[in-house]
Amino acid sequence: MKRYTWRTGVLEAVMIAAALVFAFPIYILAVQAFRPATETGASPLVPSARPTLDNFVQAWQQAGLGPAILNSALVTVGSVVLLVVLSSLAAYPIARSTRGWSRAVFALFMLGLLLPFQLALIPLYQTMRDLGLLGNPLALVIFYTGLQMPFSVFLYTGFLRGLDRGYEEAAMMDGAGPLRAFFSVVLPLLRPITGTVVILNVIFVWNDFLTPLLYLSGSGNQTIPVALFGFVGQYVSQWPLVFAGLIIGSIPVLTVYFAMQKRVIQGFAGGLKG
Amino acid sequence: METAMATQAQSATPAGSKSPPRSPKGGRGRSGRTAVPWWFVLPALAFFAFAALVPSARGALYSFTDWDGLARDYAFVGLDQYRALFSDGNARSALGHTLLIAFAVTVVQNAVGLLLALGVNSRIKSRNVLRVFFFAPAVITPVVTAYLWKYLYSPQGAINAALDSVGLGAVGQDWLGDSDIALWSVVAVIVWQFSGYSMVIFLAGLQSIPQEIYEASDMDGAGPFRRFWHIVRPMLAPALTINLMLSLIGGLKLFDQVWVMTQGGPGGATDTLSTVIYREAFQFNAFAYSTAMAVVLTLFVIVLSGVQYGYLGRQEKRNS
Repeated sequence: MKRYTWRTGVLEAVMIAAALVFAFPIYILAVQAFRPATETGASPLVPSARPTLDNFVQAWQQAGLGPAILNSALVTVGSVVLLVVLSSLAAYPIARSTRGWSRAVFALFMLGLLLPFQLALIPLYQTMRDLGLLGNPLALVIFYTGLQMPFSVFLYTGFLRGLDRGYEEAAMMDGAGPLRAFFSVVLPLLRPITGTVVILNVIFVWNDFLTPLLYLSGSGNQTIPVALFGFVGQYVSQWPLVFAGLIIGSIPVLTVYFAMQKRVIQGFAGGLKG
Repeated sequence: METAMATQAQSATPAGSKSPPRSPKGGRGRSGRTAVPWWFVLPALAFFAFAALVPSARGALYSFTDWDGLARDYAFVGLDQYRALFSDGNARSALGHTLLIAFAVTVVQNAVGLLLALGVNSRIKSRNVLRVFFFAPAVITPVVTAYLWKYLYSPQGAINAALDSVGLGAVGQDWLGDSDIALWSVVAVIVWQFSGYSMVIFLAGLQSIPQEIYEASDMDGAGPFRRFWHIVRPMLAPALTINLMLSLIGGLKLFDQVWVMTQGGPGGATDTLSTVIYREAFQFNAFAYSTAMAVVLTLFVIVLSGVQYGYLGRQEKRNS
């Protein structure tokens, strides 16, 4: 295990071969997106001899991706901020109290972990319609905050149970009100798990498709997945144009991923040890 | 510093002797228990109740009615929706597909994820790059990967072209258009996208195994396979539990990729409970029927994940 032997070399070759197989779809995505629209009948495997950025320009103009990116960002930031603040706040008494009510509330949240959102989606659609919130990104913020609350509370509660009480008690004796003690002392101590909560929720909210498809359809406030869905529906089988749109739509999340890959991977792996 | 000031303030009280000893506050401090206000849970609970609990309960209620989603009133029809559901061939086959997808994804994604994790946990030089690389598809929007694969799978698409170029043109298929294989084509996309996710969790499990244990087994002369089975496998149990739960639940709820690639077609061959729920509610206005299907999906998620969790929990205990 210590040295680089010939066996390690073989393993390295096998792993790189596996990586190439995994990369094949991404390679095709790039090859198509840079292909001029006029170039038809070429093999899908071979890059164009005259690569072009025209598809990107056209996709940007026609798919409405600019406003969609803004909307996605708005919904994601709004939901994740609410989730972090409210779930950590809720997890605090749940983790500290041993009374019956705290166990009951925790059990209720855990039930929420198991409920597939398909069940709530339809009745909630009616409620949102009655409240005049269909087409409004606020509907999504409310939905995601409620939907992802159990998981976030679960992560924070697990972390808080393992956290020393010394600091918070000192702050309480200091005469700080409970809210101030929470935000100035407890919340900063939760930073490691907050990273996980943020990463998992950002990826979930940003990528979700079914909810915005329902709650925002027909409005001008699409998020990226729905904007791409509509765009591809319009230009079906114009693959170079479509793929350019898909690449633009993926740039924000991939940029974040590659910029903070270690943190993101830790978030996905660490949150689940809860 | 603030702590020091707090102590000072407290010790000042008896000396000042103006105010009587304040027993309630002092008592709380001595017992070491500061009560956290229970109302801290209220805002979270309010969002959770509004967006998940109450609508889920209403959904369960509507499944016993004839609600069409538009009318204000509805009548209770008992178990009629469920009877209709189980005598509806499409719904039954969608249930079968859902179970098949969940099972296949769970097995294959975790097998691939485990192999990848063992590979990148070795001494190979490219291990760090490969980790980042294999995980990348898991963060890409499923709508994007689904459209990409829709093209790859098309008759004139890249997979058939690649098969052609290595002389395997005869193996070429209409991967999503042939109802015999379309479901497996969908499974392959999920496996491609999320194996890296399983890998990351297995990797966290592998890295929690102390190095000394490996070294001890090296000295015992255990080969790699024996070492994996007797040492690594039992210690991976928690990671395995998490992975199996995630892929099972994800597989049961699958919607995005199916809806983008096939909309449940051809001829319902890739319909899942989620695609039928969506279609029945929002294209046919059969809201009550649709909620009955959602209840069935919920029961499957709760029962199957409960059974799996119970089984894996017992295994973990036996191993430890």
